[in-house]
Order: sequence, then structure tokens, then C-alpha cells
Amino acid sequence: MRQIAIYGKGGIGKSTTTQNLVAALAEAGRKCMIIGCDPKADSTRLILNRKAQNTVMDMAREKGTVEDLELEEVLLHGFKGIKCAESGGPEPGVGCAGRGVITAINFLEENGAYGEDTEFVFYDVLGDVVCGGFAMPIREGKAKEIYIVTSGEMMAMYAANNISRGVLKYAQSGGVRLGGLICNSRKTDKEFELISELAAKLGTQMIHFVPRDNEVQRAELRRKTVIDYAPNHPQADEYRELARKIADNKNFVIPTPITMDELERLLMDYGIMESEEAAV
Amino acid sequence: MKIKDHNELFQEQEYIDQFERKKEFENCPTAEEVQRIAEWTRTAEYRELNFKRQNIKINPAKACQPLGAVFCASGFEGTLPFVQGAQGCVAYFRSHLSRHFKEPMTAVSTSMTEDAAVFGGLNNMLEGLENAYTLYHPKMLAVCTTCMAEVIGDDLNAYIRTAREKGVIPQELPVPFAHTPSFVGSNITGYDNMMKGILTAVTAGRKGEPNGKINIIPGFDTYTGNYREMKRLLDIMEVKHTILADVSDIYDSPNSGEYKLYPGGTPLADAADSINALATIALQKYSTSKTMDYIGKEWSQSAVALPPIGIKNTDRFFEELSKITGKPVPQEIENERGRAVDAMIDSHPYVHGKRFALVGDPDLLLGLISFLLEMGGIPVHVVCTNGDKKFLEDAEAILSESPFGREGKVYTGKDMWHLRSLMFTEPVDFLIGNSYAKFLWRDTGIPLIRLGFPLFDRHHLHRYPIIGYQGALNLVGLIVNTVLDEMDRKTMNTTSFDVIR
Repeated sequence: MRQIAIYGKGGIGKSTTTQNLVAALAEAGRKCMIIGCDPKADSTRLILNRKAQNTVMDMAREKGTVEDLELEEVLLHGFKGIKCAESGGPEPGVGCAGRGVITAINFLEENGAYGEDTEFVFYDVLGDVVCGGFAMPIREGKAKEIYIVTSGEMMAMYAANNISRGVLKYAQSGGVRLGGLICNSRKTDKEFELISELAAKLGTQMIHFVPRDNEVQRAELRRKTVIDYAPNHPQADEYRELARKIADNKNFVIPTPITMDELERLLMDYGIMESEEAAV
Repeated sequence: MKIKDHNELFQEQEYIDQFERKKEFENCPTAEEVQRIAEWTRTAEYRELNFKRQNIKINPAKACQPLGAVFCASGFEGTLPFVQGAQGCVAYFRSHLSRHFKEPMTAVSTSMTEDAAVFGGLNNMLEGLENAYTLYHPKMLAVCTTCMAEVIGDDLNAYIRTAREKGVIPQELPVPFAHTPSFVGSNITGYDNMMKGILTAVTAGRKGEPNGKINIIPGFDTYTGNYREMKRLLDIMEVKHTILADVSDIYDSPNSGEYKLYPGGTPLADAADSINALATIALQKYSTSKTMDYIGKEWSQSAVALPPIGIKNTDRFFEELSKITGKPVPQEIENERGRAVDAMIDSHPYVHGKRFALVGDPDLLLGLISFLLEMGGIPVHVVCTNGDKKFLEDAEAILSESPFGREGKVYTGKDMWHLRSLMFTEPVDFLIGNSYAKFLWRDTGIPLIRLGFPLFDRHHLHRYPIIGYQGALNLVGLIVNTVLDEMDRKTMNTTSFDVIR
């Protein structure tokens, strides 16, 4: 069983990319599971073709304790038998979402949610590695590979670098490795080259460049992945390609994060950012 | 200078006047109103409201996970329980255990404060491990957590590995760990998690030749007498054994005039070899479930829970033990059984038909329900704050096996304030519980038989076994003598001069 964690800046398209690539894996006959680690609980809607599912923490809130929960209430099966679970968490502004992730993953593990025949478990994790709770999926015995979703936008690259720093901490003492950057294109200037270069600086690869296509949004509006909604569309093939590359990936590294200055220099080298002298 | 006891001090006129004056500023209701409300809390109407209560627990009968974890860890040779978290929590575990056993209890904390909450507790862990190892020379450091470390998501495994890599502790020093958030489960969950953590760590790579021994895991058992009793019985039966987490010498060490930091515990070599035993027997079910599951799956040996409280349970313990080891139950033990049964017959007229309320940890309650039924006692209210659905089923199954159990109702997740309502609306003759149940006695006047944890307000009760046939004998004495004391108290001012009971 390969356990994989997907990180990236908020709003970059982690959940959409994860669900599309998992749908592609499932379509190819692989047994997959997605665990959403985000209080927004939008990591499985395209697989289940429905509004957000019951989350572990929702059910815990209802019952007063996670101990009274039954696995069947929070583990659902969607497109091509993909197992889906959402950690859920508190309303914005209160409580501790990180602890929600810890509680949910502990519950799923203790109740045998992963099963014996599951080949791929994907953790779709909120934003940056902001607290110990959000590093839960990469603790010992859990995800050993990480992919970071990014785009050519500066703040997405900044986040990707920052996440690499978090991964570095865990990679030094544990077995977790960076498997690559997934570029979810925003059609910014020289995006392909820029992310390839950032990947090289981080010591990894840009595992795939997912072009921007409105078919993704059309599918999303129908609560579907592109694989499910428009299997013959070229965009579906992009996700199949991403899935294949991840399944075959052998390139796992301890990342080498760069400084903010280096990141800015990179953007200047590609002519995206003006140097301070030129800006005056 | 004479230091006055608080009981008398606050009865002095000065304090009586002061309390009176305070009422003026406290907007205090009249004495009659207080009395009226107090009376109302004894009614069925109040009981109904009380059972609908959702957002507050009043005197829950449980302790928190790390307390169980440090208790478990302390039972291994040269082991220092090490808590990643705030200092106050560890002070509580230590004082709680010390007040029960009247013995010192050793445990250290990493003193996490606000900066650790923000930046993570790695530095606390590194410094703590280094200091603890250097100062206290433990053979093993057993790490668990408090709420604070759990909320911020400290990763013990990664931290301990970092500590080894940085060389703050030697590579070969065993440092098992367990995540024990206080806000999940209870003392029994923490015991279970720590036991599993320790056994996983010390047995790694030790699978080898079978050693023919029996492992005994007592569970969250705070009766040091039980540990000595179990060892005595196994010795009589000539069963080679390892008690996993033998706390008897830790919490009941001889006074030799010399303080020992680590006065005993299960030898680490024996703990490591436990993976090669013939079988593992747990003496409690609910405080060992994850550990037993792990042993059954990973050690390829039979792992069975056989709690020996009461005659029937002890019979079953010896029958199974005899089956596993192939050794007959010696006559000596059969004689002990005979004596316990004889004592029960002598006393049963006084216990038969008496109604009981019970509160405590799940395993103790299951044993006591079974024992009371054997004596013809009637368990009426059974309150188990840290009991789950499975416990409810188990307890109801035991009750349903006897005509004396028909009235019994089991309440899980409820606290002692719920029990208070039950005792007022459906009175019983006797109450069984820990020292905190004293306040139920004070409110209801129903005599308390002290059994369980903690027992702060009576001495030495934990030194006498309540397991095995000898334990059954002690239980008979404890219960029937409370019954007789009460009978004498009630007939004190009558014409009865009966000296024989």
C-alpha cells in the first residue's frame, strides 16, 4: 500500500487535481482511497458525485465522542469503488483543525478503514504545513511520499518552498520523501520553465504540467471528475498521464528548500519580476 | 503554637460570624431556600433533568490517559515515566498515585510552556531526555503525552528519533512511547496504550525459542496485594511467569531506611522475552484490549483475558491456566477455594437480598457484579463513567445470568451526580466505590464500601488482594463487616444486646 500526501497553497487546486488523478488510477483498475484532511471537507465530492459527505468530526460532534462512531457512517464508496473519508473539523475561527485531522486519522486507522487490498491512499491536506496536526499524514507509518501542487504564481511557489521546508524536517528524522511538484497551470508567463526550474532547485522534478482547461470547471459543476464526466476529453488524458507518472515514480528526494531571496532571483531570471534597481 | 485542625477551626465564632457577613455580599439565598433546593435535588423530577444534562460532568469516576500510562510505565525495572507536556499534569499524576499508595511516585515532565505551544515541543523533548537520562540514570524512558502536546500535534516517534540522532540519549536506550491525549478515553486507555508501546519496543527483534512461560498483564490494577497474590498462586501451581508491569514493589516497597528511585518492577530482560511465552493472560479486559489484540496478532501466542474476581471468575482463570500449561490445579489452591466458599456461606445471610449501587472502572465493576451475585446481593445501580458499549453488553450479560441481577441497570458515561439521583429515587442498602463516593454517603447516608481507585481516605486497603480465592475471602469480609457495622449502628439505641451476628 502506497500512502501519498498532497500539499499546496490554499485554492491552488489540490482537491480537484487529487480527485481527478485518483479517478484515473481507479479507472485503470487500481484500488484507491482518499482522506480529506481539511475542515472544508471538499476532497471527495467529485468522487461521490454529491455535496460534502458526513465527516468524521461532524459525526463526532453529533454523537459527543468519536468513540461512538461506526466506520460505515464516515467511509463511503464512490466512482469505481474509491473509498472516501473526510476528517472535517471546526467552523472557521474556533477550535483546532489540526487536532481534528489527528483524531480522524486515528479513528480511521483503529477501525481498519484502509483495508488489506487498498493500493493507494491519498491524503488531501489543507494549505501549508501550519501545525503539528497537518503533519499527521506524514508521520511514521503513514504517507511516505509527498507531491506539492503549485502554479507559476509567486505565492504558490512561495508556499511550495515553505512546504518543502516542513517536509525537510520530517524527512531528516523519518522516511518521508518529496516525489515532485505538480504544476496546475494558471497560464502565467513561462510557467512550465519556471516550475521546472523551481523543482530542480528543490532537488526534485516537475512530475507533470496539467494545462488549464475549462472542462475541469464544467465537470466540477456537475460534481464530477473529468475522467467521469468527459472521459474522451484531452484533459482526461492529462490526468491519466499524471496518474501514470505517479504510479511509476521512482524519484523520491529529501527536498532542498531555497531562501526568499533565491526565489525572487529565480523570478527575476525569468523576467517575471523586475529587480529593485530596474523598478526605480 | 498549636495548629488547629480545619474541622474545629471553622466552627469557631470568629469564622461563623465571618461566613454570616459574607452572605451579605454574595446575594445568598435564605437558608430555607437552600434547604428547599437541596430537597428538590432528591426528587424524581430532578433526576429526570439530571439525566438530560449534557454539557457538564460532575464527579466523573475516571482519571485521564497519561495517569494510566505513567502507572503502567512505572512497573518496569529502572524505568522513568517521562511526560511530554505541562508540569502541572505530572504533579497531579504523582500526587494522585502517592495519596493512594502512601508511597513516593517518580515521573518527570518536559515542562512545556507557551513557547512550546507555538513552536512545537521538540526542544523540550531533547533537553528533557538529556536531563532525565543524565540525572536519573534510567534503564528505560517511557514517554507519553498530555493534552497540550497532543493538541499541537507533537510527533513522539520523530522527536525520539531526532534525540537519538543528535546523541542526547544513547542509541541502545529503550525509549518506548504512547500518544495519550487526556481528552480521549481514560486511565484505562492510557494504561493500554503505554503497555502496547513498551512491549512493542522491548520485544522488537527478540522472537526466538519459546520460553514456556505465561505472561500476566494485570491491567490498571491499583491493588499491590493482587500482584503478590497472583505471583503466590502461580508459584504454588509451578507456572513460570512474567508479570508485565509489576508495580507491587514500586508502590509497596519495604522501609529499609534507604530511598530507592527504582525499587523494583518487571526486569527488562523478562519483558523482552515475553514475546516467546506460551501465552499471555490479561487480568482485566478493558484496560488491555489494544495490547492483547497486538499480542494475539503479532506474537503468535494465545492472548486471553481472564479476570479473577469472585469464585466463578477465579475458577475459570484456573481452568484455562491449567489447559494452557497442562498443569493440574494443586490441592492447596482447591483448599483455598473451599475456605472462601465456606466464608461466603457463613456470611451470605447478611448479604443475601441486600441492594447495592456500584461505581468504578469497567473491569472492577464486572468482577464485583459477578461476586455480589454469587453472594445473593442485588446490584441495582451500576455507574461506569469510562465504560463503552461493549462493557454495557458484558455487564448486562452477567446480570441476566442470575435472578439477583434482574433489577440491575447499567449506566455508561454517567457520573457520580447521576448516581446521587439514582440513590435518592431508588434507594439501595450499600454503595461500592472509591474515596470520592464518600460524598454520596454523606448526602444519602447509604454506607460506602471502599473498593477501586483512588482510595485516599482509608489506609492499606490496596495491600490486601481482591483477586483469587483469597481475594474473594477479603471481599466477603469487607462487605459483610460493613453490613454488620451498619446493623449495630442502627440498633444502637434499641433493646437489642445481641453480641452474635
